[in-house]
Amino acid sequence: MIYKIRMSVVKEFLLLKRDLGGLIILFVMPLVLVIAVTIIQDSTFKTVSNSKIQILLVDKDQGSVSKTVFENLEKSSYFTVVTQIDHKAVTEEIARENVYRGKFQLAIVIPENLSSDLQTKVEQNVEKIVSNLGLTDSISTAEPQRIIKEKEVKLYFDPAVQMSFKNAVMSSIDKMISQIETKSIYSTFQKQLGEETINFEQKNFITFKEIIPRINNKEVLPNSVQHNVPAWTLFAIFFIVIPLSINIVKEKTQGTFVRLRTNPVSNLVVIIGKTITYSIICMIQFYMMVAVAVFLFPSIGLPSLNIEGHFILTSVVALFSGFAAIGYGILLGTVASTQEQSAPFGATSVIILAAIGGVWVPVFAMPKIMQYIAKSSPMNWGLEAFYDVLLRNSSFVEIIPQISLLFLFFIITTAIALFYDKKKRTV
Amino acid sequence: MQPIIKIESLSKKYKDAEMYSLNDVSLDINEGQIFGLLGPNGAGKTTLISMLCGLVKPTSGHFTIDGLDYQHQASKIKKIIGVVPQEYALYPTLTARENLHYFGSMYGLKGSDLKDKVIVALDLLGLLKFADKQVQTFSGGMKRRVNLIAGILHNPKVLFLDEPTVGVDVQSRNAIIDYLKELNQNGTTIIYTSHHLAEAEDFCDTIAILDQGQIYAQETPSILIESVKDARNLEDVFISLTGKALRDDI
Repeated sequence: MIYKIRMSVVKEFLLLKRDLGGLIILFVMPLVLVIAVTIIQDSTFKTVSNSKIQILLVDKDQGSVSKTVFENLEKSSYFTVVTQIDHKAVTEEIARENVYRGKFQLAIVIPENLSSDLQTKVEQNVEKIVSNLGLTDSISTAEPQRIIKEKEVKLYFDPAVQMSFKNAVMSSIDKMISQIETKSIYSTFQKQLGEETINFEQKNFITFKEIIPRINNKEVLPNSVQHNVPAWTLFAIFFIVIPLSINIVKEKTQGTFVRLRTNPVSNLVVIIGKTITYSIICMIQFYMMVAVAVFLFPSIGLPSLNIEGHFILTSVVALFSGFAAIGYGILLGTVASTQEQSAPFGATSVIILAAIGGVWVPVFAMPKIMQYIAKSSPMNWGLEAFYDVLLRNSSFVEIIPQISLLFLFFIITTAIALFYDKKKRTV
Repeated sequence: MQPIIKIESLSKKYKDAEMYSLNDVSLDINEGQIFGLLGPNGAGKTTLISMLCGLVKPTSGHFTIDGLDYQHQASKIKKIIGVVPQEYALYPTLTARENLHYFGSMYGLKGSDLKDKVIVALDLLGLLKFADKQVQTFSGGMKRRVNLIAGILHNPKVLFLDEPTVGVDVQSRNAIIDYLKELNQNGTTIIYTSHHLAEAEDFCDTIAILDQGQIYAQETPSILIESVKDARNLEDVFISLTGKALRDDI
């Protein structure tokens, strides 16, 4: 049996060696994919963090608040403020038109009298508090207070702008406005208390610090490479489904499958031969992509993949992901009658599995129902195992659930293929 | 002479088919025979051979090959039979030698024994100088010869040939037939199907004419010809037994 398996592996490698198209799918396309996607994702990341986005500011207030907003926006590393177009001050109408046509991604309209009304509102509130505390007698001479309506800072977004960008900008502006309000409250208190010489500490008392996981006593900052290489490597490994299913369909249409069925060799031996061959290919694919990410990426301006201390565990994950992909390929090749069935179905289903599995959109950001579905995708099990090892510094024991699921998937799909084939013989 | 293949009331009805493809066929094929199975399209020849090779399961009936029961000793049967299918059951991008090494190894042949057998067979069928060329570059006749070698490398006791000379030139056909005769002289029982009746008349020592899943006649070619009035050759016998109606089937 071992000899027959060995000869089957030799045959499979010879077939692959002579199939240029198959070799390109197996080795060149995944490399192109991982390089292209990482460059794109990395540049997107840099665009958000490094280059500034132009935004329109319509200042109807002309007061201290709008001035502060302008200054803060200018100071921020994300935006450049535009207040004039073609030497004309930007009005709300001009801003809306430009944003809705996609010339600008965002316009901020600061309403009239925002500064004065904010100041008045704050003063009214502070006065109330101070008089309640009995620190002033002004309450006795109080005039009826003017009612200040709530103010609205209008934001216009380019409809093509993504929701995540919108949310980030809104949260950033909200924070800026809150700081202005706080500052104004502090200043009014100072005035009311007649303590204008005292300087209140206005720096944020609560700050944030991201604690980065330490691996081998070094901080490993997750970057686009750490996220993308495992995800797209997994995607590439699963693309093995296409050449493998074509290989099986070809055997059926060429008649070699029928010949093998008349030989004293079980279908299991043939399948083991294919599994060994394609597992080796998966591992070669994986090591090629890791080599590119470690050695080539730094020379094209990308961060290098940090695989230090994780080489063996990531190899284990790649191997078991490969098993899952091979099982799926064997099942598809067994059920399909023609290459026209297996190739498009294989490609489309791998893309669907990738989408469901969280290769493009993280699972936590998916709707609840999709999160449940994601957990049934072998691509998700593989991706989680890769992230556990590379980003969460997990041990072998911690990834056992994911690799067990991947292996179980391989066993189930292969068993279904063998059963289907046996059933088909009893025509 | 002992029957090497013993078939008893073998029937096959495919799923969803209205009629039996093979209906209650009983047959003895003796050791050392060249047994021809002739019949029009859809007669049941391929179904019968497929069942004997283990590709299709019978609906009812029973058969043994060399005393081995097909239901319980199928893997042992596979070791002593050779099959040459009608289509070129070869890997086109592998060379003739690589194909033969692979299929030979599936019978457990290995090392120098396998290598030598491949060389001898390729040489006998005039293909040795093309041994390291990819099969996809071969002519139809060359592919047929490689296809034949792949089925006989392990010296089978029983060889099933499904139209082994279809679509080949006269030279290739002669080479194949001569080689098969030599194999038979060395003890291999041959079961052969063909639409080439003149070839069957010359090659086979016993012929069974099959139609509509049943055997209409089984004899030596000469007795068959004698048994039909005014018949000059096997073709006349064939037409007389199976009729002139077209047998197109979907």
